[in-house]
Amino acid sequence: MKEYFNNIFTALYTIFVGMKITFRHLFIPAVTIQYPDVKLKLPERERNRLYVNMDDCIGCDQCSRACPVSCIEIETVKSVPGEDLGKTSNGKKKVLWVTKFNIDFAKCCYCQLCVFPCPTECIYMTDVYEFSEYERENLIYDFVTLTPEEREQKKLNYEKFMAEKAAADAAAKQAPKEEPKKES
Amino acid sequence: MIYEFFNNLIGNEIIAGFIAASLPLLIFILPFALIAVLLERKVAGHMQDRLGPMRVGYHGILQTIADIIKLLQKEDIIARENDKLLFNIAPVLVFAGSYAAFAAIPFTSAYIGANIDLGIFYIIAVTGLVVAGILMAGWASNNKYSLLGAMRSAAQIVSYEIPTILVVLTLVMFTGTTNLMTLSENQSAYFWNWNIFGGPELGLAKFLLIPFMIIAFFIIYISTLAEVNRTPFDIPEAESELVSGYHTEYSGMKFAMFFLAEYANMFAVSAIVSALFFGGYHSPFGYLGNTFDMQWLIPVEQFFWFTFKGVFFVFVQMWLRWTLPRLRVDQLMTASWKYLIPIAFVNLLIVGIITLI
Amino acid sequence: MSVRTEEMVLNMGPQHPSTHGVLRLELTLEGEIVTKVVPHIGYLHRCFEKHCEAMTYQQVVPYTDRMDYLAAMGNELGYAIAVEKLLNIQVPERVEYIRVIMAELQRIASHLVAIGTYGADIGAFTPFLYCFRDREKILHLFEITCGARLLYNYIWPGGLSHDLHPDFERLTREFIKEFRPNLVELNNLLTYNRIFIDRTANVGILPVETAINFGVTGPMLRGSGMKWDLRKDDPYSVYHKFDFEIPVGEGKMGTVGDSWDRYFVRVREMEESLKIIEQALDQLPEGDVTSAIPKRIKPPVGQVYARVENPRGELGYFLISDGSTSPFRVKVRAPSFVNLQIMDELCRGHMVADVVAILGSVDIVLGEVDR
Repeated sequence: MKEYFNNIFTALYTIFVGMKITFRHLFIPAVTIQYPDVKLKLPERERNRLYVNMDDCIGCDQCSRACPVSCIEIETVKSVPGEDLGKTSNGKKKVLWVTKFNIDFAKCCYCQLCVFPCPTECIYMTDVYEFSEYERENLIYDFVTLTPEEREQKKLNYEKFMAEKAAADAAAKQAPKEEPKKES
Repeated sequence: MIYEFFNNLIGNEIIAGFIAASLPLLIFILPFALIAVLLERKVAGHMQDRLGPMRVGYHGILQTIADIIKLLQKEDIIARENDKLLFNIAPVLVFAGSYAAFAAIPFTSAYIGANIDLGIFYIIAVTGLVVAGILMAGWASNNKYSLLGAMRSAAQIVSYEIPTILVVLTLVMFTGTTNLMTLSENQSAYFWNWNIFGGPELGLAKFLLIPFMIIAFFIIYISTLAEVNRTPFDIPEAESELVSGYHTEYSGMKFAMFFLAEYANMFAVSAIVSALFFGGYHSPFGYLGNTFDMQWLIPVEQFFWFTFKGVFFVFVQMWLRWTLPRLRVDQLMTASWKYLIPIAFVNLLIVGIITLI
Repeated sequence: MSVRTEEMVLNMGPQHPSTHGVLRLELTLEGEIVTKVVPHIGYLHRCFEKHCEAMTYQQVVPYTDRMDYLAAMGNELGYAIAVEKLLNIQVPERVEYIRVIMAELQRIASHLVAIGTYGADIGAFTPFLYCFRDREKILHLFEITCGARLLYNYIWPGGLSHDLHPDFERLTREFIKEFRPNLVELNNLLTYNRIFIDRTANVGILPVETAINFGVTGPMLRGSGMKWDLRKDDPYSVYHKFDFEIPVGEGKMGTVGDSWDRYFVRVREMEESLKIIEQALDQLPEGDVTSAIPKRIKPPVGQVYARVENPRGELGYFLISDGSTSPFRVKVRAPSFVNLQIMDELCRGHMVADVVAILGSVDIVLGEVDR
């Protein structure tokens, strides 16, 4: 019998305590912001879309190897001797033409593992997070600054150079063999 | 007053009475439902430290209109296995049940839909139509979850009608009339004349009655909360267990009817509670019309007080919804049969004895 | 004369507001009473263990995050400890302290989700939002440290990816100061509410022997009365330096081992985590967090089993190395996977509404169950 009235009393009491709490919250200002009109400023270490500064990239392929989902594709072409590709911002001399540097942001898991191995710190994460596209192919970002003709040009240059070098090597190999034969 | 107006316009007494009873109520319910939906979302938002709808109109005022337009243009889906007749009639019945209850509620001293002598009795009887509608909706949905929800809802409504009726009996015994109009008239002028404070007659009986009237008020408020399927008794629409219960399969306008019916029901029930205990449309402090000697202002003020009390109790219902968790089915039944009914019964006896004094 | 009743098979399907993720529960009902529960899993299987065999040790870390995505720091910590055991390297003390702070913050965040969603399942919608408001502050702390809110890639084998942000200590202390009164408010609103107690007390009672036989760990085991916590009984990292209690279920509102006990163990664990974080911040030594990270992880041939106390139970990693730069086999003992077996045992004889209450108190995350 006592339990009966106890039940009623605790039920009503806890209900009133709960109601008091929610009533108090009616007058606390909201903790939400009106998103598209007001945007939060993100912290400095924020990990959103990647950016590659191609002037500094030496084509070492470290970032592509570090990526766990294989979303970075890099293709490089050796430069012909005598070509000057310039220096990176921390003084290194570049020797490779980067002809393909694609990052597929549909695959990227935003883990930041590609940022750490880069020797020139040319790949880093920005705070851009509103980059949705309608077509999935548009999420493959191409960072190379050369035009497609220039890329073809570099490849052809290199192949020509290698062909000439191979011909010169072959000629050089044949020539010494002939002379000793003649003399002796 | 409105009846005479229509009578002069049309000439036929029956049709005039019909229109006078139904049209103003419709004009009242529809904007009220609009406001109630928005109020619920805004109250919910602010209680949860957020803002609720903000984009449509200034601070979201036009949100309900956007919702209605969306519901109107939705496809009316009826599955192949559904019982078409029952499926289509169910929302109409549910709405009719709640709407018909408005006819006997006094809005001001100058307007009541139909001045029935058996006011309360009629209201309780007609809200029973809602049970039939819900059962039809659950069955015709051809969905195990909906059927479960509908059966629980029917059990819930039927078992919570009993404490309601007991408390109403208490009031009737105390005031001697079932006509809501006379009930409201008796509690005229200044809040200490209200029934919750013991009624208009001064005397020992009045002060003895106050605690029992307060208990009776709590009982009827809780039971009517269960009748309109609001948390903590919202098992039929338990979103996390049965994914919307008996109105899962409804889309478009039919769903809007269920929605409308719920908010109309909430207001009807709040209005009844305020009419029974809190003086109906009377003001607690006296009338501005009396002080300024403008007699025509009084019905307007009474209408204002009536809506104010109704909306206040609707607000308390919403407040309870966002605070409390849900009761399980058997706990709900326990609460009704083992707690509310015995207490209401004992209350009835005690009030009866005191009235005899 | 016996009454012939029909048994109804109800499918709480993969899409349901209350199964925490894509879990399919096949319930056999007699009226409203449940007679059998068969969980069907596998809807979120992403071949984590197979992927690891193709990655280097360093590249596995983002994958371990994504198993139990609500307690990612704990996952990373377990993996880092396993690899460090294989390599036999010692990390600087500062690294250990920061790892403990992160793991305890993550414990609070995970328990907030568990409590909030449990309240939402029972029907109280408001505590859910209060819990998430507090969780936002923790996620902000993580965001300023490593840049991500949910999947961190922060605890690496051998150290950490970044040192603490200069504002971290100040913000954490502010958070702790604000959180204690919020916990009291949450208790008043939900934990001691009579209706909530009626819904959860004496529901899903788990006796201690059954719990041990099934291999249940974490707050479920502690809710049944057994005082077993890996942070005290098999200490890893620097937990032996802190002073904290292990809350156990006592049957205050019903029997020992019911859902309310498990829920209350989680609430009290949050308070204990606050204590640990304060002590760790006070004792934090100086040092370099990246000095012990090996350039190339190529462990010797061997196997190791490392376990940590995740918010949901004991998370174990069994690593087999064959001397190359990729692990030969990574097997994960996921706590939610083992805890889910209990559903059949606990739900017999209860009603459908109780199934939801029991599932919420088991606190599973499907990412971990399916990996």
